[in-house]
Amino acid sequence: MQDLAWNISLWLMLLLAAAFIFVAMKSGEKADAAEVQSSAGKIRAALFWVILIAGVPITMVTLTDLPYAAQSDSTAQIVKAEGSQFNWDINPTQVVAGQPVEFHVTAIDATHGFAVYDDTMTLLTQTQAMPEYTNILKYTFAKAGTYKVLCLEYCGSGHHVMSEEITVVAGGN
Amino acid sequence: MENVISKGAKQSVLGYLATAGVVLLLLMVFGLTMRAAQAGGLDIPAEIFYQLMTAHGIGMVGIAGMCGAAIMWYFLGQYVKLSTPIFLLNIGLFLVGVVMILGAIFIGGFAGAWTFLYPLPANSAGAWGDMSAVVHLSGVLIIGVGFLLFHLDTGWAILKQYGSLGKALGWPQLFGNSTADAPPPTVVASTMVLIVNVLGLVSGASILVISMVNILVPEFSIDPLLGKNMIFFFGHVFINATIYMSVIAVYEILPRYTGRAWKSSKPFLFAWTCSTLFVVIVYPHHLLMDINMPTWMAVMGQVISYLSGLPVLVVTAFGALAYVHRSGMKWGMPASLLFLAVFGWAAGVIPAIVDGTISVNLVLHNTQWVPGHFHTYLLLGVVPMAMGFMYYITENEGSFIDTAGFWAFVVGGFGFIFTFLWAGKESVPRRFAEHQAEWMGTDQLGALFAAVTILGVAIFAVRFLANLGQAAKS
Repeated sequence: MQDLAWNISLWLMLLLAAAFIFVAMKSGEKADAAEVQSSAGKIRAALFWVILIAGVPITMVTLTDLPYAAQSDSTAQIVKAEGSQFNWDINPTQVVAGQPVEFHVTAIDATHGFAVYDDTMTLLTQTQAMPEYTNILKYTFAKAGTYKVLCLEYCGSGHHVMSEEITVVAGGN
Repeated sequence: MENVISKGAKQSVLGYLATAGVVLLLLMVFGLTMRAAQAGGLDIPAEIFYQLMTAHGIGMVGIAGMCGAAIMWYFLGQYVKLSTPIFLLNIGLFLVGVVMILGAIFIGGFAGAWTFLYPLPANSAGAWGDMSAVVHLSGVLIIGVGFLLFHLDTGWAILKQYGSLGKALGWPQLFGNSTADAPPPTVVASTMVLIVNVLGLVSGASILVISMVNILVPEFSIDPLLGKNMIFFFGHVFINATIYMSVIAVYEILPRYTGRAWKSSKPFLFAWTCSTLFVVIVYPHHLLMDINMPTWMAVMGQVISYLSGLPVLVVTAFGALAYVHRSGMKWGMPASLLFLAVFGWAAGVIPAIVDGTISVNLVLHNTQWVPGHFHTYLLLGVVPMAMGFMYYITENEGSFIDTAGFWAFVVGGFGFIFTFLWAGKESVPRRFAEHQAEWMGTDQLGALFAAVTILGVAIFAVRFLANLGQAAKS
């Protein structure tokens, strides 16, 4: 997902830059303003409709699988996670790969960010950890290994040291 | 009908800009210090890092506001009658607030970030005392009061001239049959900013007072999710308003180079009316990882994020291209910086929209992707808008040294934001005082590009200050 976000952003920014550079290079030429505005109006209308027509299916597709769990799943492995300045209290710290996990995430003092990283330090999923609320974050680990939990919401002078590990074992172990 | 700005009013604007230029440079050095520390090149305690981060964040928001206010007031004053004493009161309150904030941070040790996320100010884990937090929040509140008075004055003046906010937004021309000329772009933009920023400032002032009461009387507390909503509504609206105020420089100055007046066409009016609504209701895109928020609000945050890009890309960015294209214009520093600024703003919208997608936000939220996209439209959008205005008001078209500064700013600025975006793609968290070894490569490049960017801005600021005396007399 991160690579897709990077590629889309980079290529669209480069496309935009190309348009600006093209116009800057042509700015020294002199043409009738009404003529330029007339052509620009047609291009703008086309651009508007292209963006809108492309935007509707993109919006629909990206909204089909939201990470918001309305209710707890009775078949999932439940892991309780409580953030405090500046550590995580996670129980249990071992789960089974291939089976859904529900993190029940809260905090006791300030808002923290519960973020799960794999062994390559790639961010897999996250939610906010907030006093008075329990957020249910669903995730299924595809493979066994050691995963890290970092805090991704600034919570004070020890924010960067809030780290804990979760062990994921293969099914049947 | 255009009024001629008085000498005193112009000197007031120059005072805003001089303050902004000096403080901006100082805050950029704070930013460089943080990147250098993350890169392993500087060894500073975590407490100091987070104090610098707090000062950098709240300071940059304030400075962006001051630059935007100066631009808007200078040009709006040519269409409606504004109060110079209130304009000066705003900068007076700003300076009082800055002293309180700096004292709270660097003497009192406050490091609650610019977001002062409730209930963090009251729960510092021993890093700062209650009074430091109260002084800091009071300083922010005083600055907010100054801006509120500033907007009430612009609102009063707009209503006296145009009769209603709807008329000032050009609604009779947009929705009715009026054939009269629509209000100029500066009036339309100022009206939009007036509407959204008053709402934002009231929300911000409310949560600031609530937070202070919570610190002094811990038995008094509110729902932390409500507090978070109020903070992000205020923060989102205020920082966006700085862009919408600053872009007035583009509408007013660029036509003087292209010879093509920027008109309030129907698409323009429609875009600004849409933006008025979008800026107010899009803020839940900051709370997409708050799973306990109503799902409809998260969906609205994504959908409105997408729609918000249309006015920026299709109207302002495309408009700038259409006005410049084959206009026979001769480039000077004001035009170059403003053209760059429109690109920076529009380019920044792209990674912001990508991050506004819920399924993407799941893996990019609070990574360095976030400072990557907001630095694109603030560092490469608002800053060149302000700098372009500085060159314009001092009537400096630029020389070799200014051109060198421009290219240092372009190379440094783009290099800087792309190191942030790349690090975000690599899942590097934002707001970490210490980085792991594998993250330091982009940190080192980021620090290098930051230094080059500062060199460019230093040239702009020094050149502005050198020409200040002459501009004040003219």
